[in-house]
Amino acid sequence: MLELAIKGGKTYWGWILSLLTIIGIAFIVYLWQLDFGLGITGMSRDVSWGFYIAQFTFLVGVAAGGVMVVLPYYLHDYKAFGRITILGEFLAIAAVVMCLLFIIVDLGQPMRALNVILYPTPGSVLFWDMIVLNVYLLLNVVVGWNVIEAERNNIGYPGWIKVLAIFSIIWAPAIHTVTAFLYCGLPGRGFWLTAILAPRFLASAFAAGPALLILLCLIIRRVTNFDPGREQIQSLAKIVTYAIIINVFFFLCEVFVVFYSRIPSHMDHIKYLFFGLHGHNALVPWMWTSMLFMVTSIILLVNPVTRKNEKVLAFTCVILFIGTWIDKGMGMISGGFVPNPLHHVVEYAPTLPEIIITLGVWATGFLVLTILFKIAVTVKEEVSGV
Amino acid sequence: MKNSRRSFLKLAGISALGLGAKPVLNAFASSDEHGPEIFPNQEALTAKRWAMVIDTRKFESEEDFEPIVAACHKIHNVPKLKEKRHKIDWIWIDDFKHVFTYQEHEFLDDRVKHLPFLVLCNHCEKPACVRACPTRATFKREDGIVLMDFHRCIGCRFCMAACPYGSRSFNFRDPRPFVEEENKEFPTRMKGVVEKCNFCAERLAVGKMPACVEASNGAIVVGDLHDPDSNVRDLLKNNYTIRRKPYLGAGPAIYYIV
Amino acid sequence: MNDKNKIITGLIIFIVIITFPFWYNMGKASPVPEPKLTDKAKAAKECVEPKEYMKVEHMQILDIWRDSVVREADRVYINEKGKKFNMSLSTGDDSCMGCHSNKADFCDKCHDYASVRPYCWDCHIEPPKEKK
Repeated sequence: MLELAIKGGKTYWGWILSLLTIIGIAFIVYLWQLDFGLGITGMSRDVSWGFYIAQFTFLVGVAAGGVMVVLPYYLHDYKAFGRITILGEFLAIAAVVMCLLFIIVDLGQPMRALNVILYPTPGSVLFWDMIVLNVYLLLNVVVGWNVIEAERNNIGYPGWIKVLAIFSIIWAPAIHTVTAFLYCGLPGRGFWLTAILAPRFLASAFAAGPALLILLCLIIRRVTNFDPGREQIQSLAKIVTYAIIINVFFFLCEVFVVFYSRIPSHMDHIKYLFFGLHGHNALVPWMWTSMLFMVTSIILLVNPVTRKNEKVLAFTCVILFIGTWIDKGMGMISGGFVPNPLHHVVEYAPTLPEIIITLGVWATGFLVLTILFKIAVTVKEEVSGV
Repeated sequence: MKNSRRSFLKLAGISALGLGAKPVLNAFASSDEHGPEIFPNQEALTAKRWAMVIDTRKFESEEDFEPIVAACHKIHNVPKLKEKRHKIDWIWIDDFKHVFTYQEHEFLDDRVKHLPFLVLCNHCEKPACVRACPTRATFKREDGIVLMDFHRCIGCRFCMAACPYGSRSFNFRDPRPFVEEENKEFPTRMKGVVEKCNFCAERLAVGKMPACVEASNGAIVVGDLHDPDSNVRDLLKNNYTIRRKPYLGAGPAIYYIV
Repeated sequence: MNDKNKIITGLIIFIVIITFPFWYNMGKASPVPEPKLTDKAKAAKECVEPKEYMKVEHMQILDIWRDSVVREADRVYINEKGKKFNMSLSTGDDSCMGCHSNKADFCDKCHDYASVRPYCWDCHIEPPKEKK
């Protein structure tokens, strides 16, 4: 089926080529990082995780979000999603690939990465994260590939695929829960030390993932002859609606607990993010933008008139995606590290090389996504005979 | 010395954990008498549980700390990096309100308010860094010292996020060019690994006291916490001492007499 | 099959590329280097273990030593003959490099030949270069 990915028009190849260009440039910058060390990034002794880990966290969410089309189809027999489950699975593959790459580029000694397997340490959450992510990747590759191949050959997929698909439904929340456990089990980091972190992660994941999927469906309808379907998009929109409301609700729960109890070690991080601390306020405009975007998207999603208008819906999904990305991608990591354990405020901002490498990983993810979607959509076009 | 004899079987066992234990075993299989053995050094200083007491009353100003910090950083080839982001510290000083976060109050007496306090790895009873490390590159020894195996560290910095005391530094670049005066007796580090105070494990192993203790004129004392007659127990019995963030339950082994 | 020529040309190019290292290096094989011993090493006659063993397994010994020194704080090695050694790569006169102080002629020669690049010296401080 891979041959389907090398048959495309000018726009297709232009897109592939521009992705490859970004990847190429980023790779050169990465070689520089390998040679110099992580010192070319903005990270420091005080903010020891930055943009890379932030993207990683956000993308685990996107990967887990793919389950929101798989679950209704396999568990509730919601037939309409049968058209697009493959898109959810392939999106998950691309997102997990990006996650793994972000971990690799964040390592100080990437050549030793396999030490995690050579000296397995079940006490470390990172060990489990490595396992859940790789298994989730494998599940989606196997399920996705078999389903699309069966569809191409006009036969039903084998029974064991359904078992794996259901297994992957259970597995999806696991990847994001374990990722949240990376942070919320750490003593002395008041911002993360909260039991609602994993639920919050899941809520934002189930908003951001399907929102991206809606956008991808709209793009596919425009550039190919396959229509993912209006009903499908509207159902996804409802899922996004619930998820983003729950996400903001969870955040407000956190705000209540932190500010009513007034425990400084928990309060100071949120103060830093939204109001600035001791004159340091680099993230303040970002965080308020994020809040504004998330609240606006709730208003536009709850109102049926705006939700059913696909143009408005597209706009809503874009701001929702950006909002959750800032919230989880930037605020979540910086917020945990500022102020530091000695209560010094040391701020963090990514450097240009760091941003280029980040873009490179995103471009790699989108390259994987493009190829997989190209295959899926071509099969769909073949089958429907257009 | 108790449990000092370790048979070669254990040695082979260690290598069996890694790969390629077979050639080693084969090579010695023929020697039926007694194979090679590995021991600790006879002169090594040992304890059931190492601990440190810092008598802050014996310090007055920043200058009093300089020789201590300098001794540690010199002996361990700790680089002096100009870029603040890349800073590496094993032991350093800070104000009371930063060292003992959220314990200061408006009316703290002037001495404590303005006195610098030494900060270093706490060698916790239940170290969060050790729990977080995915490769056991950082580990707690039986005698309580929390160490780094720089050979194994993959540089994921999970330990830095986990440490509630900010005691860990990361080599954001090759530290070699920034080591002012190389101490040939101790390695430097390479880029991409985490490092921190090692309680002078390499000095204890050859019967020497930690560098900071030697440079402190008696203000810093280390000893065995589990020995009721030890010097540290004596100090703890006769003075009121505090520890950093005791409420986290990590069980720091560094005590401060204020 | 109309693509016969294309396939054959492709195959030839493939084979040429994949065998490139072989014919590129043909006839250039350098002789196996023999590590040089310092006078001190010569005088000692035998290393920690017999020469043949060290030749093949020195990396295993170093690995075991490293783990036991770093992780177990055991620093004394007694070989089968009952001889004591200080387990250290580069610290002191009785360390590996204390005896084999000619890193370039002892270590690097073979490592370069075998194209292995151990990163020991990224951290461990190598003995000062011998003056010739």
